[in-house]
Amino acid sequence: MAKMNMLQAINNALDLAMAKDDTVVCFGEDVGHFGGVFRATSKLQEKYGKARCFNTPLTEQGIAGFANGMAAQGMKPIAEIQFADYIFPAFDQIVNETAKFRYRSGNEFDVGGIVFRSPYGGGIAGGHYHSQSPEAYFAHTPGLKVVIPRDPYQAKGLLLASIASPDPVIFFEPKKLYRASTGEVPEDYYEIELGKAEVVQQGKDVTVLAWGAQMEIVDKAVAMAQEQGVSCEVIDLRSILPWDADTVAASVQKTGRLVINHEAPLTGGFAGEIAATIQKMCFLYLESPIERVCGLDTPYPLALEKEYVADHLKTYEAIMRSVKF
Amino acid sequence: MTNPNNATITTVHTAAFTAGDALKIPTLRILQDDGNLYDGADKPTLDKDTALKMYDTMVFTRVLDERMLAAQRQGRISFYMQCLGEEATTVGSAAALDEQDMIMAQYREQGALRYRGFSLEQFMNQLFSNEKDLGKGRQMPVHYGSKDIYYMTISSPLGTQIPQASGYAYAQKLRGLAKTTICYFGEGAASEGDFHAGLNMAAVHKAPVLFFCRNNGYAISTPANEQFVGDGIACRAVGYGMKALRVDGADILAVYQATKMAREHALKHNEPVLIEAMAYRLGAHSSSDDPSGYRSKEEEEIWRKTDPISRFKLWLVKQGWLDEDADKAKIEKLRTEILDALKVAEKVAKPGIEHLISDVYQQPIPALQQQLDELKQHIRKYPDAYPVTSGRMD
Ligand SMILES: Cc1ncc(C[n+]2csc(CCOP(=O)(O)OP(=O)(O)O)c2C)c(N)n1
Ligand SMILES: [Mg+2]
Repeated sequence: MAKMNMLQAINNALDLAMAKDDTVVCFGEDVGHFGGVFRATSKLQEKYGKARCFNTPLTEQGIAGFANGMAAQGMKPIAEIQFADYIFPAFDQIVNETAKFRYRSGNEFDVGGIVFRSPYGGGIAGGHYHSQSPEAYFAHTPGLKVVIPRDPYQAKGLLLASIASPDPVIFFEPKKLYRASTGEVPEDYYEIELGKAEVVQQGKDVTVLAWGAQMEIVDKAVAMAQEQGVSCEVIDLRSILPWDADTVAASVQKTGRLVINHEAPLTGGFAGEIAATIQKMCFLYLESPIERVCGLDTPYPLALEKEYVADHLKTYEAIMRSVKF
Repeated sequence: MTNPNNATITTVHTAAFTAGDALKIPTLRILQDDGNLYDGADKPTLDKDTALKMYDTMVFTRVLDERMLAAQRQGRISFYMQCLGEEATTVGSAAALDEQDMIMAQYREQGALRYRGFSLEQFMNQLFSNEKDLGKGRQMPVHYGSKDIYYMTISSPLGTQIPQASGYAYAQKLRGLAKTTICYFGEGAASEGDFHAGLNMAAVHKAPVLFFCRNNGYAISTPANEQFVGDGIACRAVGYGMKALRVDGADILAVYQATKMAREHALKHNEPVLIEAMAYRLGAHSSSDDPSGYRSKEEEEIWRKTDPISRFKLWLVKQGWLDEDADKAKIEKLRTEILDALKVAEKVAKPGIEHLISDVYQQPIPALQQQLDELKQHIRKYPDAYPVTSGRMD
């Protein structure tokens, strides 16, 4: 075990993957010599050479298309999109190409080797172009997997599983936690299975569900609720697509209540999908309406960020509404 | 005679490549480092007032950049971007335009913005995201914009303004306005798909747009030689059938001259023109960046010597238009004014809570109004957690 922050854990995962399999290649804007603007690919060029870790021209559609081509040839490209807010020039390559490559060719061709890594989320005074959480756009695209880690241990295991996955994965990294989140991480190779949620705290009154950087916020809210005698079961969804409805449903069947928290705006956010599925699977167990604590239906603000975000106080209020219903 | 391929067919009978570097684009230089003109160079057509306004504008952004980078280091603003070393590119080009020509910039063009008359207070209000900011405190520092002075609000996603400029200029043409649009972007942004789309759209639809590339050698850490293989950016214009000019970006007289010529051509023929200014990004990419991770101090020192401001100053002194002592005093005064304006702007309140939902649509949709009402209730319950807005709700 070693103490690592999330960036170090991600860097370590990339290093292990490149050492293990020489079809693994890392690229993106400023990813080469400099090691990326957040330094997630630090030292990889030094170690594995310019052919396997390199800067690209400044074009996300080019990066995604290039990744599709490399993966179709059988390699494992790990492409960094510098900020999730800048993934949209690559939307066509990802949504129409990456996601449908296998399906449209009847499995003649596939791009399953791809991982798109991208820092997402707010809390860094970044305004609307350095704070977005675009997971729901991609969750609406059959053929993709979407994964979001909450801490260094999770980041390493989920990233290694994403690289090993036979399907293309979009791996969103909570940039707010890059340096802020630290923890013990095994130095050896390990994978955390994709598509599985994790119950991180057992409880009996209400299930509280989130992912990524919101897990910290949920923990704070849960601690407040606990002081009021409310016992919360906390779940980290980890994989947004495919998502683990069974684990969530089993928890809600026990607690009878569900509060979902995400950073992205409410309308069309992934909480809506979860709520619809869970009300169907748990209809007779529900004691109160499923609560969603999300960003407002506006672009991500700058001066009024505090007001906008799905913070611990709003989450606490939702938990209390749910148990007092 | 035209052909279905819309291309010239020059027949040969032996296979031969046209080399990727076959096209060589010359670089216009008028003013030397010592303030003298090159022999045989075009004579500047500048009058004294314009020349001094150009100089003052460059000095303004230099001092503003210094001060605001320091303010960022002190934690007074969250972020900043300098234009150090590139002042002549945006000021020289803006000076060659009509005041109602549209400016669509990337983010490092405070020179053009100031030349248009953006006030010190307006700069500060944006940088402090306060309630007087024209952008209502919604964007990160340096994302300026003002309709009054024909300066489109900056958008962070790179290259997006390029096809927009083509459309804007096309609309100016259709409306018979006899105005152009200038579109600034970096050599890095020129790799985006939007660059290629925008140039071709402008060429095909004959939009009077001036594409102005600031080739400053870097896109964050990525040097130009890892960004493209072709001869700079100017050669690409030729591929779209567009006229191109390349200038020394530290030579404000060359930038001015080239932009004037490009503007005249664009308006007269309803055609886009591309100008490539060769410069060097002397500062860090932004306040979040540290160039020591990707380039040497020695390299920076070489470029520090080609300072566009001192070069122009020497020329102005030779014209008898600038007195060095008076200039020094003026710069000192400017420093004080900037610091005073900073102190005022940082005390101005943040935008009110209603601006959380305004401008998403022309009128807030019912769902948003409801979200705001619920938020206000929540803030009333926890006023201490939301100090920016809790004391100022109706
Ligand atoms: C679509 C998009 N991708 C990535 C970024 C992140 N980014 C901001 S500035 C920059 C470099 C731009 O370089 P260049 O166009 O040469 O302009 P310069 O900074 O040199 O003035 C990058 C990669 C962005 N803003 N938008
Ligand atoms: Mg550049």
